[in-house]
Amino acid sequence: MSVIYVLLAISITVAVIFFIAFVFSVRSGQYDDAYTPSVRMLFDDEVLTEPDHEISEEKQIIKTNDTNQ
Amino acid sequence: MTNTTCYHCGDSCDGHPVHFDEKDFCCHGCKTVYEIFTTNDLSYFYELEAKAGSTPNMTKKQYDFLENEEIVGQLLDFDEDEIQVVTLSIPTIHCSSCIWLLENLGKLHSSIVNSQVDFPQKKIQVTYKTEDFSLKTLALLLSSIGYEPNISLEDEKGKKSRIDRSLLYKIGVAGFAFGNVMLLSFPEYFEVEEFWLDQYKHTFRWLMFAFSLPVVFYASRDYFQSAMGGIRSKQLNIDVPIALGILTLFLRSSVDIIFDLGSGFFDSLTGLVFFLLLGKFFQQKTYAFLSFERDYKSYFPIGVTRLDASGREENIHVNKIQVGDRLLVRAHEIIPVDCVLMKGQAEIDYSFVTGESKAVLKPEGERLYAGGRQLSGVLEVEVLKSVSQSYLTQLWSNTVFTKDKASAFQTLTDSIGKRFTVAVLTIAVLATTYWLIFQPALAMNVFTAVLIIACPCAIALAAPFTLGNMLRIFGKHKFYLKNVNAIERLAKVDTAIFDKTGTITTTQQDTILYEGVALTESEKSILKTTLRASNHPLSRSLYTILKSNDIVTLDEFMELEGKGLEAKSSDHSIKIGSATYVGQPHQDKASSTSVYVSTDETFKGRFVFKNQYRPGVDKLFKSLAEHLRLGILSGDNDGEQQRLQNMLPATTALRFNQKPQDKLEFIKSLQESNQVLMVGDGLNDAGALAQSDVGIAVSENINVFSPASDGILDASALTKLPAFIGLSRKSIQVIKISFLLSLCYNVIGLYFAVTGQLEPVIAAILMPLSSISIVVFTTLWTNILGRQLQNKT
Repeated sequence: MSVIYVLLAISITVAVIFFIAFVFSVRSGQYDDAYTPSVRMLFDDEVLTEPDHEISEEKQIIKTNDTNQ
Repeated sequence: MTNTTCYHCGDSCDGHPVHFDEKDFCCHGCKTVYEIFTTNDLSYFYELEAKAGSTPNMTKKQYDFLENEEIVGQLLDFDEDEIQVVTLSIPTIHCSSCIWLLENLGKLHSSIVNSQVDFPQKKIQVTYKTEDFSLKTLALLLSSIGYEPNISLEDEKGKKSRIDRSLLYKIGVAGFAFGNVMLLSFPEYFEVEEFWLDQYKHTFRWLMFAFSLPVVFYASRDYFQSAMGGIRSKQLNIDVPIALGILTLFLRSSVDIIFDLGSGFFDSLTGLVFFLLLGKFFQQKTYAFLSFERDYKSYFPIGVTRLDASGREENIHVNKIQVGDRLLVRAHEIIPVDCVLMKGQAEIDYSFVTGESKAVLKPEGERLYAGGRQLSGVLEVEVLKSVSQSYLTQLWSNTVFTKDKASAFQTLTDSIGKRFTVAVLTIAVLATTYWLIFQPALAMNVFTAVLIIACPCAIALAAPFTLGNMLRIFGKHKFYLKNVNAIERLAKVDTAIFDKTGTITTTQQDTILYEGVALTESEKSILKTTLRASNHPLSRSLYTILKSNDIVTLDEFMELEGKGLEAKSSDHSIKIGSATYVGQPHQDKASSTSVYVSTDETFKGRFVFKNQYRPGVDKLFKSLAEHLRLGILSGDNDGEQQRLQNMLPATTALRFNQKPQDKLEFIKSLQESNQVLMVGDGLNDAGALAQSDVGIAVSENINVFSPASDGILDASALTKLPAFIGLSRKSIQVIKISFLLSLCYNVIGLYFAVTGQLEPVIAAILMPLSSISIVVFTTLWTNILGRQLQNKT
């Protein structure tokens, strides 16, 4: 059998896998709300701070940088 | 004093800012929300977006009906094992801070497990444990931080429509097939006599055939169905030539590969369906957070308080109300049924039902109609009719509400499609007869080639892309149309009818005139201080216009519901309220709302409230009058007739005291010879909006409520209405030019088809080329047109 059939089979299988992935993503409702997730992912993860001890955003970034060094 | 703005909501704190934690707040409501946020570790809210909060509504809505398990059960999405999930609609969601806050609700109450916001729909889904929490506490918690959930009859289970995702699947299938078929058909475009190509072309062709099957039988099913429907009702819509094209493409290609005549047109077939579906997707722009189908149900409360024989209160579902029941109606609640007032002083705002802006005072024993809002004080009423039988709700039994305007209207595309189909079939038959005479072997080839190349892909795409893009441009300028069909109808309008109250007048602001003896400074400050303590809408609007800034301490304050206010400060006393309360006879009662003032038991004067027209209304009428016939339909009395006549051209029809049914009939009579645009705002216009060719609801706050309509126009954009109508007309011109363009492509294609030279590669080039150039042309042109809208303002 020619290698071209193998190649065709592989390429179509890959395409079908992506197609199935698309169908599943639609079915799970990923496309129902295309806006909110784009905002949600921009929220910073909250850094646990001691209550009554507010540190501004910038200071926190510096602080985490320090610990990395 | 410098003008400070509220740290929470950003409104200006004119007058009396509340200081707290080194920050200024416009009111105690905002301050309280700030306190809640900071003590619960939610102050990130203010870092995300400054001054983004919403002020909690001071007049708290009652959520007592959420104690009724039956009602709650109908609202919940899920309820098991002490876990409940509910989806609530919150109109005040407006920014990213809101999303963050509402998704961190768990910090405010430990029972809230999870909350997720759907921003475009302005909805929140909350999962919570029921151990020490309930839907009612959730509703109260949300309204205490300024996010008052809107719960109405409409939210009931069963009516929630499932989201239709079939178009997405179809686009997926068509796109998937299109891409793969393109790859497989590419080698044969070059038509080289090559050994390897010759060897494998059959495999390639049958693979393409396999890919095209789901496209023909699944993705393009809508076109076949619509074409069949069109033929059955003897209307040749645009889907007839499309379906014919798809079918011919498929059959001809199958025959070609079976008998080894050629490679077939599978590339064009899948591409055509893919582009057509994309066009459909593009025109399906919807404003998910707006509802264009509302009726009284979204306005009415879902539960009411019933008094049983022993005077005990219980919460019941409105549909359970029976004739003869005793109900309790609290301040700011809506009367759900026609009833008789048994106890209490009724002061009812019927503005939603009748358009009449003035509240009506009713003594005990009088009949009250459903849809009115009780302004102050508690009422006890006896039910006369059930919900669906009431005066207001009966309007919805009229057949206009079940009529679908879009399907009754023949779009430009469909009317072109009819002629187009006839022309294509004629050409196909003529060309085939010619070839039958001279070279019969080629006849079938030519016949199918004509049908293939004439498939009006570009024509079918012109309207969706032009109108879809226009719809988005309108949306950016705060004019939200229900669908693209409404733009076409708007372009045809030749008569515009306006409602008065709430449409061309504003409900936010009144012009207030003072008539009587001038007040002294000390009297003014007592007046202002007294008004400050009252929540009555008239007091609020009077309070905001009074200039005095001195605040005096009141020794005594009394608010008599439905009558007025009384206050004492040092040795002065003041009475503010209705004429009879202050001890004055009514003066020209019909035309205006007034508040009477007396100090130390002597009458001083009255404040007259007049409807304030929206800025630019006279200009609006002037520019509309150039193209359209105008008219005013008002449910209000004729007190404003003179002012309106000055503003409008002499030929304008002015009608006052119109009941909802009258408005509907008037529009109907106009429609015999005109295309009517109705612009209204309230439930009282609902019938007229539904009857008219295009019904537009004007709204101060598009999230709150507007009756069923074809479009919702933000009140601030009302003056742009002539520009919107003008742009709709221009869009139609753009579509017509696109039709001409695509006809040029068709002529070129037809040349190849009738001469029997149509190669698959030509079809594969011509079809996407014409479609894409039409899409680019219409999108660019509509964007340029849309820019005019910006320049105008």
